[in-house]
Amino acid sequence: MSVVASEQPIWRPSRGKAGMICVIAVESCIFLTFVVAYLFYIGKSATGPQPKDVIELPLVLVNTVALLSSSVTVVLSVKALERENFGAFCRWLALTIVLGLWFVGGTGWEWKGLMQDDGLYIGTNLFGTTFYSLVGLHLLHVVVGLTMLSIVLILGAFGLVRKRHAHSFDMLSWYWHFVDAVWIVVFTTVYVIGR
Amino acid sequence: MTSVNHPSSAADEVRRSFGARVHSWVVSVDHKRLGMMYVAFGLFFFVIGGIEAAMMRAQLAQAAGKFIDPTTFNQLFTMHGTTMVFLVGMPILLGTANYLIPLMIGARDMAFPRLNAFGLWLFVFGAALLYYSYIGAQGLYGTSAAPDVGWFAYAPLTSKTFSPGNSTDYWILGIMVSGFGSITTAINLVVTILVMRCPGMSLMRMPLMCWMMLVTGILVIIAIPVLTGAQAMLLLDRFLGAHFFDTQNGGSAVLWQHLFWFFGHPEVYILVLPAFGFLNEIIPVFCRKIIFGYSLMVAATVAIGFISLSVWAHHMFAIGMSPELNAFFSATTFLIAVPTGIKIFTWMGTMVGGRIHFATPMLFATGFIAMFTFGGLTGVMLAVVPLDWQLSDSYFVVAHFHYVLFGGTVFGIFAAIFYWFPKATGRMLCETKGKWFFWLLFTGFNLTFLPMHISGILGMPRRIYSYQPDRGLEIWNLLSSVGVIFQVVAVALFLWTVIDGLRRGKIAGNNPWNAWTLEWSTTSPPPEWNFDQIPIVGSARPLWDVANPHDPDSRHEEHI
Repeated sequence: MSVVASEQPIWRPSRGKAGMICVIAVESCIFLTFVVAYLFYIGKSATGPQPKDVIELPLVLVNTVALLSSSVTVVLSVKALERENFGAFCRWLALTIVLGLWFVGGTGWEWKGLMQDDGLYIGTNLFGTTFYSLVGLHLLHVVVGLTMLSIVLILGAFGLVRKRHAHSFDMLSWYWHFVDAVWIVVFTTVYVIGR
Repeated sequence: MTSVNHPSSAADEVRRSFGARVHSWVVSVDHKRLGMMYVAFGLFFFVIGGIEAAMMRAQLAQAAGKFIDPTTFNQLFTMHGTTMVFLVGMPILLGTANYLIPLMIGARDMAFPRLNAFGLWLFVFGAALLYYSYIGAQGLYGTSAAPDVGWFAYAPLTSKTFSPGNSTDYWILGIMVSGFGSITTAINLVVTILVMRCPGMSLMRMPLMCWMMLVTGILVIIAIPVLTGAQAMLLLDRFLGAHFFDTQNGGSAVLWQHLFWFFGHPEVYILVLPAFGFLNEIIPVFCRKIIFGYSLMVAATVAIGFISLSVWAHHMFAIGMSPELNAFFSATTFLIAVPTGIKIFTWMGTMVGGRIHFATPMLFATGFIAMFTFGGLTGVMLAVVPLDWQLSDSYFVVAHFHYVLFGGTVFGIFAAIFYWFPKATGRMLCETKGKWFFWLLFTGFNLTFLPMHISGILGMPRRIYSYQPDRGLEIWNLLSSVGVIFQVVAVALFLWTVIDGLRRGKIAGNNPWNAWTLEWSTTSPPPEWNFDQIPIVGSARPLWDVANPHDPDSRHEEHI
């Protein structure tokens, strides 16, 4: 039913990119809710332990370095897939997963110390409530990301990931970058402002 | 344009068994079937929520009524509000968008068809979870049934102390699950509108409804996650002993109000923007004129989207915020009336000088303009802080938001159903019955809600199951309850009209209203693939261009 041919093609984003940007917007709003609650309750705990008594920065900094480096390795993995270098793709992806697991383990270690040595649980005071829920929400996203990356790695190990999947894998890496970027916000909120 | 005879899928359906037909709907990823299921589920819950409202009005028909006890009354207003917002408004509006958007922008389906089906069934599951509370929420405690904390579930009433049992948990989980469904559908809508438009359809050539749905989708993406987050906090409070809203351990009940209304106020625009969209399609067609001020309408919509994110605390004037905050939220609330007013004048500008044909969709659209403006004006009244202190939590507020949500959204929904029913089913709805339905509903609606302004000013509080005689409230409450009878008859007539229309309605043809947007270029009902050939458009009214090749719209397009 063409009447007047369109003068010029209209710019459109790709389906995957637009969808992933929307997902990231949704996730950002959920995180913002918890960050706002955290900021709102800073210094309002009636009883101890208080953040400055129990937070150990060195451990968290090591975790942070591990998580942020995984953003670099996942980019290298995507680039390798685009060049059809499947060995490098799998190796960089495996390293990404190891770095993510490091972060999960490190956070587990931190929480174990907080619970066993300092007696800080989610119901102890407002600090415990907001700390475990905000950091835990982020941890949940790391675990979800690791699960998806592991699925790709398993498929890749069986040689099922080809160049035509590069765009989808790139979108997954966007999610992983988002998880890292949110960690910077969470880190600033919890370990810089809230301390 | 050539009309093509599609192999009739309807004939195939008759031959298949009932089970096979149900199965084909359950596994469908076709945006049209999913959209129709959304609307059907929404109408089902509209009847349920209506029954709940009718029971409350029966109790309040006379002073010190004895029809239902206070506990049941609490459950009724909670379930009525929750149902109407989350299980009626959202699914019908998102479902209509689901049905129409791909047809309007010349696409074969939504951007993510399977995600679309996932969203629908999440919604159905969430709705089932909410209503299962009537049976399941007794739990181990045996103390509760349906949720009874009000649709905005203020803390600390929702804490374990004041709300033992599982009724509040069913409220949280039911809304959370259906909320995820709404989020996935919103993502799908936004991506579809941005990515799937047919060749030639620039953003400023889209039907205006697509613009409204784009802004609605963005608002859903911003607002619903905040509610989900707040509900997650409430779950942590209730099950793990966290203290977010636990006032005895330093938690703040006001934080819940802020988070809830940060979702809650964009939500009312989520519920009304799609209805604006319906009017933008219907009014020009029944005035035989192009819409007055297309780009103005787009700008007003985007402005509403932005401002609606900064008005939430006008629900909270009565909690004692600082004068600065009161002034700010009062000012933003006045401000949002401006783009909304622009829309009202745009519709009236379209009607001026048009050859207006009052078919049922146009009747509802005109009713919408009048009733919504009325509700908008009482809204501006309530934005005046001292007046709000006086009227907060009174029936005046109930009257106000029913004028915008019932007189606005629901009238818009009925306008849309009468307008697009021929497209979706291939058959017309009966105009005579439709007009009776409109006038019955219009009378009943005003009879119910107009007196509520007065009973509210006289001091009748919301959410109280009874009131004393000789306070001057009897006559207004009786009038409100009598209005319900009209509405019940009207809705029964509507259901009969729909069933009758499905069985014996006049065959509609492709374009019964002589409209100009792409959905009317394909068959009624459209084939599963929507268009045999992906259309190419040169203006905002492609079917006008086809019908008037000597004077196409594209020749007059403003270049922005």
